[in-house]
Amino acid sequence: MGAIQELSTLENSAAAPEQHASEELEVKAKKFLRGNGANLEVLKDKKLKGQLAVREELYGQSAKAAAKTEKWLMPTDGGYLEPEGLEKTWRIKQESIVREVDLLSSRKAFDIVLPELGPYKLDYTSNGRYMAVAGRRGHLAIIDMKTMALIKEIQVRETVRDVVFLHNELFFAAAQKKYAYIYNRDGTELHCLKEHGPPLKLQFLKNHFLLASTNKFGQLHYQDITTGEMVANFRTGLGRCNVMQVNPCNAVIGLGHNGGQLTMWKPTSGAPLVRMLCHRGPVTAVAFHTGGHLMATAGMDHKIKLWDLRKFETLRTYHGHANALDFSQRGLLAIGMGSFIQIRRDSSGDQDYSLYMTHRMAKGYQIGKVLFQSYEDVLGIGHSNGISSILVPGSGEPNFDSWVANPFENSRQRREKETHALLDKLPPETIMLDPRQIGTVKSSKKKEKPSEKEIEAEVEAAIEAAKNVKLKNKTKGRNKASKRAKKKLEGVVRAKRPFLEHQMEESKKRQRTSQEEVELPKSLQRFVRKKP
Amino acid sequence: MKVKVISRPTDEYTRERSQDLQRVFRNYDPGLRPQEKATEYVRALNAAKLEKIFARPFIGVMDDHIDSISCMAKNPNYLKGIFSGSMDGDIRFWDIASRKTVCQFSGHQGAVRGLTASTDGRTLVSCGSDCTVRLWRVPLPNGLDSVESSSSSSKLLAAYVWKNAFLAADHQWEGDLFATAGAQVDIWDHNRSQPVNSFEWGKDTVVSVRFNPAEPDVLATSASDRSITIYDLRMASPAKKVLMKTKTNAISWNPMEPMNFTAANEDCRCYSYDARKLDEAKCVHQDHVSAVMDIDYSPTGREFVTGSYDRTVRIFPYNGGHSREIFHTKRMQRVFCVKFTCDASYIVSGSDDTNLRLWKANASEQLGVLLPRERKKQEYLEAVKNRYKHLPEIKRIVRHRHLPKPIYKAASLRRTMVEAERKKEERRKAHSAPGSSSTEPFRKRRIIKEID
Repeated sequence: MGAIQELSTLENSAAAPEQHASEELEVKAKKFLRGNGANLEVLKDKKLKGQLAVREELYGQSAKAAAKTEKWLMPTDGGYLEPEGLEKTWRIKQESIVREVDLLSSRKAFDIVLPELGPYKLDYTSNGRYMAVAGRRGHLAIIDMKTMALIKEIQVRETVRDVVFLHNELFFAAAQKKYAYIYNRDGTELHCLKEHGPPLKLQFLKNHFLLASTNKFGQLHYQDITTGEMVANFRTGLGRCNVMQVNPCNAVIGLGHNGGQLTMWKPTSGAPLVRMLCHRGPVTAVAFHTGGHLMATAGMDHKIKLWDLRKFETLRTYHGHANALDFSQRGLLAIGMGSFIQIRRDSSGDQDYSLYMTHRMAKGYQIGKVLFQSYEDVLGIGHSNGISSILVPGSGEPNFDSWVANPFENSRQRREKETHALLDKLPPETIMLDPRQIGTVKSSKKKEKPSEKEIEAEVEAAIEAAKNVKLKNKTKGRNKASKRAKKKLEGVVRAKRPFLEHQMEESKKRQRTSQEEVELPKSLQRFVRKKP
Repeated sequence: MKVKVISRPTDEYTRERSQDLQRVFRNYDPGLRPQEKATEYVRALNAAKLEKIFARPFIGVMDDHIDSISCMAKNPNYLKGIFSGSMDGDIRFWDIASRKTVCQFSGHQGAVRGLTASTDGRTLVSCGSDCTVRLWRVPLPNGLDSVESSSSSSKLLAAYVWKNAFLAADHQWEGDLFATAGAQVDIWDHNRSQPVNSFEWGKDTVVSVRFNPAEPDVLATSASDRSITIYDLRMASPAKKVLMKTKTNAISWNPMEPMNFTAANEDCRCYSYDARKLDEAKCVHQDHVSAVMDIDYSPTGREFVTGSYDRTVRIFPYNGGHSREIFHTKRMQRVFCVKFTCDASYIVSGSDDTNLRLWKANASEQLGVLLPRERKKQEYLEAVKNRYKHLPEIKRIVRHRHLPKPIYKAASLRRTMVEAERKKEERRKAHSAPGSSSTEPFRKRRIIKEID
């Protein structure tokens, strides 16, 4: 008996991990399913239903296969920082981290002090291999982060406000005193982009090959760098705009304005897609999460806010006067305030970004730019006295895809990738708030409501019908003319009743919706159109 | 404190020697590829455009005949060979790969109207307006008997003279009977000088005959009294007949669904029937602007090719109402016969201008051996194109075909006429008492009656 029991418990214990593994697989496969399947129950067309069911099953199978192979394809685990005992992660100093990690990684943390050439801005290529730095006093340089070799350094003898890499490390654009310029890796000036005006900020949309800029007149320019065509030129009408960030998920550009507003733009519409009031004071920095559902903004009102981009609502508010924000590939949020850096992490999974790490630069350094290096656990910092980089364990994606971004690519692979990127260049029309809408069916409009005239005619007809009802001849006394007239009147009232009830319901519904409109989030309320 | 950061030594992520393959790392996470759908759409659009650019369906012409081509036959045992017969009594055997005549069978005094090969591919049956049925020995493809091919008389196995002129012939798929059509349907044996059996239903001329691929004893014929008749050799009398409003020129059975056949009709349309249920067509295929002269199914059974009097060749899906492809050239005249090759990748058309033309079944398909990576890429592009085929831009590009001006005009005229008819019918219905008139479905409209 005892042996049998033991056996059964053994079986249970063997079954439990199996079940556990299958559950884990389901969770992993969910990522590859890209959302829920279509609801097939509502379909009436049996043939279509069958076809879609087969396709859904195929999707499920391929997602499962992808989840299973993940273990073999993605061997590297992400970085981590775990405290022991009473340690707190945010008390751990950079020096001690650098001491602990291997030699190769310890070289990635550095400080370059260049006090004369002014506040520095920086940018990484999409594979994280190269860094471009721009000092305000005209210093431009490209550095290979793998070998830490300076590839090229030039002095343009002009104010440089921003620098951004184009689709690969061969080209970069710099926002200079009067115009934006495009240089190649050897420092040769290739183009002078005069139409942009004196640009303050540059951003590159790498799937669309669009270079976007803002200038001090509050204009937003989009230029296609493959053809040189100006795709769009919009006046924001909200004054000088020094804050611009691309949402990596849908390529919509977010602009932060001095009035505390944040506007989102696409090149095919002259009016902003979204206007929201984020801060009671100028917006100083914006960052978008790679998943596209989260945005962080910072303002002069000493607040850092996290926004849910699906509902356009504030999720969290933190205090601090931040000048620079950035999300890492794995969702860490770096906040640069003065000479102090905070790194926050969503440790519990409920968008509550708690403090993860802190770092203090030398006193007096003003941080102007923070940027995570993709596919590495490194945060690059551009500040008033040069550039620095620190190690942030767990910030980068550990497994790269050679066909998406390869940090080890050679010139041949780069050339091939460039060709493919140009073949797959997206037209500007594909930029929209929800990029999954492409190829879906526009939901049909609701059924037309009957017009007032039609309703009136219906009422008339009902009344007429009620009036023409022939009353039965009743027994003596009940067949009086007055009684008959009363009965007819009752009939008419009864016929009118459903129409009146419907009308009342409608008006109630209308009231309710107008109330709901008032209950919009605070930031959007001021834009509600007042009805006469 | 436990700490780990990502560290990638260069030698672990790159190849050791320059002869090695480049190392590839994959991460299928959708988060790394933003705007997937937009990218797929752009790829589908580019694939559709490329397909248009590479659409070069015409391969070549086979031009040794000196009169218009009247009939063709496939050799079921030899992929590269095709027989053609012309109106001057000349029969040729072609090698499709080199587009040259392999040998010539001469002997017919009048036009050759029916041509068919036996299942083993060794015997060719021809019949024509000189009232003879001739059996020929087909030379072996490897050229073993090339010596005797020079003397044409030795190839003639038999010549049977009969009472009437013939219009069509077809061999059983399995067995050694063949059928000829003329004044009646005659069933012949290879070794008998007279038909073993004759069928007649009415006094009209039978214009085409075709055996069923699965049931060797079942055959379908069409006659000039506008009927399609199904015969069973095991029974003494014909089995079934359907009478249509216009004549059927040719019939082809679907080799994969052998109960279905498609009839090429004079009224510019093709009608797919279920042989068990002839009171209604399964599908009406329309796009031609003149009488459809010949039809042949692909061996896959998924599509068929038609040749028409309007000087075009079209390819239809077996269950679709409109053609997916149209072939035309300036010099191609009225098409009298078309054939799919036995590997479903080429089409041969024979026309009034004495030429046989060779076409690709998929206009933009790359010929030759594909590398695995190339093939995968083609499959991927096909899949994305299929996924986004409903979007207006892609639909427009994929659907567009350039038409010769007369056909374009005739098609638009036909459209106008059909539309006018539909409107008229609609008005008639609106002004008659409700329920008194009912619209007949298009699949039934051209059928007069079914006779058992």
